[in-house]
Amino acid sequence: MATEIIRLVDVSKVYGSGDATVRAVDDVSLAVNEGDFLAVMGPSGSGKSTLMHILGCLDVPTTGDYLFAGEDVSRMNERELASIRNRRIGFVFQQFHLLSSMSAWRNVELPLLYRTARDRKQMALNALAQVGLSERVQHRPNELSGGQQQRVAIARALVTDPTMILADEPTGNLDSKASREVLGILSGLHKSGHTIVLITHDPNVAGVAERVVEMADGRLWDRVAA
Amino acid sequence: MNLFRTFDTGMRGLLGHRLRSILTTLGILFGVAAVICTVGIGTASADSVNSRIAALGTNLLTISPGSTTSFGVRGGSGSANTLTMEDVAGLEDKQDAPDVGAVAAVVSGNATLVSTASNWSTTVQGSTPGWLTTNARTLSSGVFFTQQQVDKHAQVVVLGATTASQLGVTVGSLVSISGAPYNVIGLLTSTGSTGFTNNDDLAVVPITTAQDQITGGSPDSVQRILLSATSSATIGSAYLEADQLLLQTHHITNTAAADFNITSASTLASTAASVTTTLTILLASVAAISLLVGGIGVMNIMLVSVTERTQEIGLRKALGATPRDLLRQFLIEAATLSFVGGILGVGAGLLAGFLVPRLAGIAVTITPTPVIIAVAVAAGVGLIFGVYPAARAARLAPIAALRAE
Repeated sequence: MATEIIRLVDVSKVYGSGDATVRAVDDVSLAVNEGDFLAVMGPSGSGKSTLMHILGCLDVPTTGDYLFAGEDVSRMNERELASIRNRRIGFVFQQFHLLSSMSAWRNVELPLLYRTARDRKQMALNALAQVGLSERVQHRPNELSGGQQQRVAIARALVTDPTMILADEPTGNLDSKASREVLGILSGLHKSGHTIVLITHDPNVAGVAERVVEMADGRLWDRVAA
Repeated sequence: MNLFRTFDTGMRGLLGHRLRSILTTLGILFGVAAVICTVGIGTASADSVNSRIAALGTNLLTISPGSTTSFGVRGGSGSANTLTMEDVAGLEDKQDAPDVGAVAAVVSGNATLVSTASNWSTTVQGSTPGWLTTNARTLSSGVFFTQQQVDKHAQVVVLGATTASQLGVTVGSLVSISGAPYNVIGLLTSTGSTGFTNNDDLAVVPITTAQDQITGGSPDSVQRILLSATSSATIGSAYLEADQLLLQTHHITNTAAADFNITSASTLASTAASVTTTLTILLASVAAISLLVGGIGVMNIMLVSVTERTQEIGLRKALGATPRDLLRQFLIEAATLSFVGGILGVGAGLLAGFLVPRLAGIAVTITPTPVIIAVAVAAGVGLIFGVYPAARAARLAPIAALRAE
């Protein structure tokens, strides 16, 4: 049996208090195994972003437990969470979030600055090669197309060899051609053994995943199980 | 994240935002340079005013006779004839007047001086050897007359620079005053004029000789007594000692009826000192305003870039940076800008301090204190507004920072 890397048990995230209470994530349980390609699908306001923040260790649940690769993330302080994010998770954002003043390889190098790493440049160049951007390492973000920028962001997520790649609407700002390109890269990474969690509202995008769960009103349904 | 890598990251941050870095540095530079320059000009003019006041003799007192009252009409100050050589001797007594330094008795009149080349009418003062000190004067050549020469009614004269050049004489020449021959034994250093008096146009002879041949009058009576206090700090006590002594020897109990007046140059000095203070405050305010404007410029640039930097902070946090990593990075960035700006500002200030006197003819005196204060304030503003917004952003949740607009 494959190793379990994510286990959410009865996780809720509550915002506000009294009448204004919003249960953005309501009693969600979820397990992800190593090598899985999971898509979390749902319309805006369904709570999938909040779930993504919890999965990405950017936020902690109000109640419930979150075990990430055997570590209890739900009780961690900010420093420990920063370390988990750096060591375990590679982020791909809808807005790319590349630093405009830096070249592609410097952007990819960024997460390596917050850990002990030698040959940072070589690692960054290898990651860029994996997403097919060896020719563009010295380019700045504004000299690259949207699809290329998102590939730089994927390289940045890959460079730390993370336990999980977490992609939040990675195609949300791209045209259909660039979207196919980016999803192709993610599929390729999955085939080579990476664990990928994809958050999207688009069923076509979710279709590339091998397993899809749907979110609505803070609750989660397993489409395959349903 | 180790310190070297933080430093490297900070430097890359600065180079990545060249315009912002240059503008911040310029703001600090101009603030510091302006303070150094304006305070330097203020200090120099204060020094120059002070030295001119010192040349006037801030430790000098003049005693003149009081007014006379004849048929109920009070004459002007100095119309009485109440000061005597006995008063002079009393003031010279170290026991009774320990804070009085030199004393000189003065009588004066007008006379025509004749040399072999020319003739010239001027003021002739008869005095004692204390004259030089009590007038804060020096000789450019020759010597002043001695007490022996006063006692012997010697026919010697010391001339002011203007008088000597009008007569075409130097030390060793003979001049005739009111028909009698005098040996020129000294020339006074030129001091220029104060108000309407040309201090360089006069002749000084022993008081005894003057009374014999020029001013006439009783050999005991003097027109003015000049005093110098032992220092400008003791002028107050010298004043009181002289006042007490004269009241006593003149047998006056009611101070309002005193038959003499004591005046000092220190009232002038205090006026001038307050002018200098006002000038310094004015220049310091100008400097403070330039520092403030520079500081606001720095602040603006730093605050405007916060949104952009907030997203950067959010991203770095998501990628694993701790708040401490971020704080150190921004501290290094701000410290570098402040340091570079401060150093360049000191350099520019010193350069201006070198060029302004040569190009504009205005003296600049640079002292360490304003330099230190200017650098500390400018660097402090740069540090606070470089670090504080970033430190606040570093405490935000990474997602909130990433979404900052």
